[in-house]
Amino acid sequence: MKVILEHLTKRYPNHTKGGADVIAVNDFNFEIPDGKLIGLLGPSGCGKSTTLNLISGLETPTEGKIWFGEDDVTHLPPEHRGVGLVFQSYALYPHMTVRQNIMFPLQNLKGKDKLSKEEMNAKVEEAAKLVQIDALMERKPGQMSGGQQQRVAIARALVKRPRILLLDEPLSNLDARLRLQTREEIRRIQMETGITTVFVTHDQEEAMSISDEIVVMEKGILQQIGAPQNVYDEPYNLFVAKFLGTPAINVFEGEVKNGRLWIGDENVLDVSGVEDQPVSVGIRPEGFELSENGPFHTNLVQVEVMGRDTSVVSTHPCCVSGSIRSIIAAENTVIPVDGKVGFALKPSKVHIFSKKDTLRIPYPEQQRKGL
Amino acid sequence: MRKLRPWLYLLPAIAFLGVFMVYPLIDVMIYSVEEGYNSASQTYFGVGLYNFRYVLRDPYFIQALKNTFILVIITVPLSTGIGLLIAVALNSIQKLKDLFQTIFFLPYVTNTLAVGLVFMILFKKTAYSDGLINVLIQAFGGNGVDFIDGPYWAKMFVLCFYTVWVVLPFKILILTSALASVNPDYYKAAKIDGTSRWRTFYKITLPMISPMIFYLIITGFIGAFKAYSDAVALFGTDLNAAGMNTIVGYVYDMLYGNGGGYPSYASAAALILFAIVMTITCINLLLSRQNDA
Repeated sequence: MKVILEHLTKRYPNHTKGGADVIAVNDFNFEIPDGKLIGLLGPSGCGKSTTLNLISGLETPTEGKIWFGEDDVTHLPPEHRGVGLVFQSYALYPHMTVRQNIMFPLQNLKGKDKLSKEEMNAKVEEAAKLVQIDALMERKPGQMSGGQQQRVAIARALVKRPRILLLDEPLSNLDARLRLQTREEIRRIQMETGITTVFVTHDQEEAMSISDEIVVMEKGILQQIGAPQNVYDEPYNLFVAKFLGTPAINVFEGEVKNGRLWIGDENVLDVSGVEDQPVSVGIRPEGFELSENGPFHTNLVQVEVMGRDTSVVSTHPCCVSGSIRSIIAAENTVIPVDGKVGFALKPSKVHIFSKKDTLRIPYPEQQRKGL
Repeated sequence: MRKLRPWLYLLPAIAFLGVFMVYPLIDVMIYSVEEGYNSASQTYFGVGLYNFRYVLRDPYFIQALKNTFILVIITVPLSTGIGLLIAVALNSIQKLKDLFQTIFFLPYVTNTLAVGLVFMILFKKTAYSDGLINVLIQAFGGNGVDFIDGPYWAKMFVLCFYTVWVVLPFKILILTSALASVNPDYYKAAKIDGTSRWRTFYKITLPMISPMIFYLIITGFIGAFKAYSDAVALFGTDLNAAGMNTIVGYVYDMLYGNGGGYPSYASAAALILFAIVMTITCINLLLSRQNDA
């Protein structure tokens, strides 16, 4: 089922005297294609959970419309929308067994939708098989691990065959290893069922790894939508660039003069085609290449060996994001000269952003990928 | 020395508990089996179960037992039920929630005897007035009843009413906080699944707060079995004459009442009460365990 958000806005009145309304979601317009997995991504308080609640119907928008396919569901109560929601806390009823938990939504059905005992059992078994907990049906949530509880929660959300599956921070209560496993699991279940799925997270790695598309939000405003790699490679603005990627992008104060990019007193890159102006420069950690005669030099702090690759920590007077982190292949050895390391920069990993509106300024050299 | 030290630390508590808890308890047991004990001469004829036989045949005790049981059976479910109802209502309102919570909690901090006085004004017939409730009943065309000095059912009604009113605030307090501590995600999940309000309450809220309800029922039973001051506040100290005595009242009367000075009978009655409360509490606990499993 395709989901369309049209000028969606949610305002909360501010009760403190003279305070302005809090705008949790500000004029959202986007379309979630049928059968895709969408990651809603943003720092806490950016309105991503509110967006999810608006789609689920737990909250009603102040303005705008929500469409599920051809149906306007803006004012439909949650139970008539056909959505399944998985909570961060799982919200499994602790006094019920796994079977009872999964069956609970089915028992609510009334009238013509009412199911017989056999039909219910069959559906419950099917959902349990899908998430692979069919061996634990008589356990109570308290006797299960976090990962297993998560599966039960997903099974409960899926048992009614929802048109849309919504997941609110589904992985944040799991430890690192389970998180990796569970996110693959979510992807598998989504692929198998083909249900349009929206999931909320503040973890960019999580969102990028399993989503077909990610939606980056900040302060209630949609920043960018796109396939994860595209958003990473071509961030719309400085916020998106900073938010995606671990280690985070390194940001410098710089200036464009006569088609050349300057950081401090070093002329680091050809950016011909860009007007002269002061800019913010973002360099991805993988955008550095060790080069003694490279155009860019930083003051070495330490070299962290990670095994697969090496992380060089250094500083630069123009850097505004703390210390600089560059990831280089492990076979390289870092030999500082007078405490300085030289780097060459890969244009595809160097982004420049306007000082005025923080938007990214593309430049021709960058388009030649693989440099 | 090293082995003694922990005991030394515990000594004050043990000594205190021993003198004020364990010794009296054992003493009560001893009294209860001493037949014909005379408190003036501190002598007795023999050892046996006569005291229990006497107490169980005493019509005043039977009356007290009956009163206590009626009180327990009526007030515990009623006060818990009403408490739950009010707590749910309090939990669902938004405006002035704190104000209403305070109002409902006020009776708890009010003195029992002061409340008794108010009930007197409401229910008692005097030379000047029939009492507020009677005035109301008469205004609607009914016949007034003397609630304090009249028929048994009327007196029992007042006693139950009073007891429920006095214990209600505490139950409301406990249940409101129990309701507030239920994770709102459960309700959201139920809402997404289109669960009806009644089913949400019955299948989610009630099981979630059931430990607190069991706690209230158990303490309610214990409290109601030990009722005494409520009856005194309403009917005065001569409860036997009013026919409204309770078991604790009977124990008190045997010790200090008009016909007092019978510590053996009092002890026997106290032990009977102890056995009853113990049995009921054990049954309650067993039931709640079963519910958990």
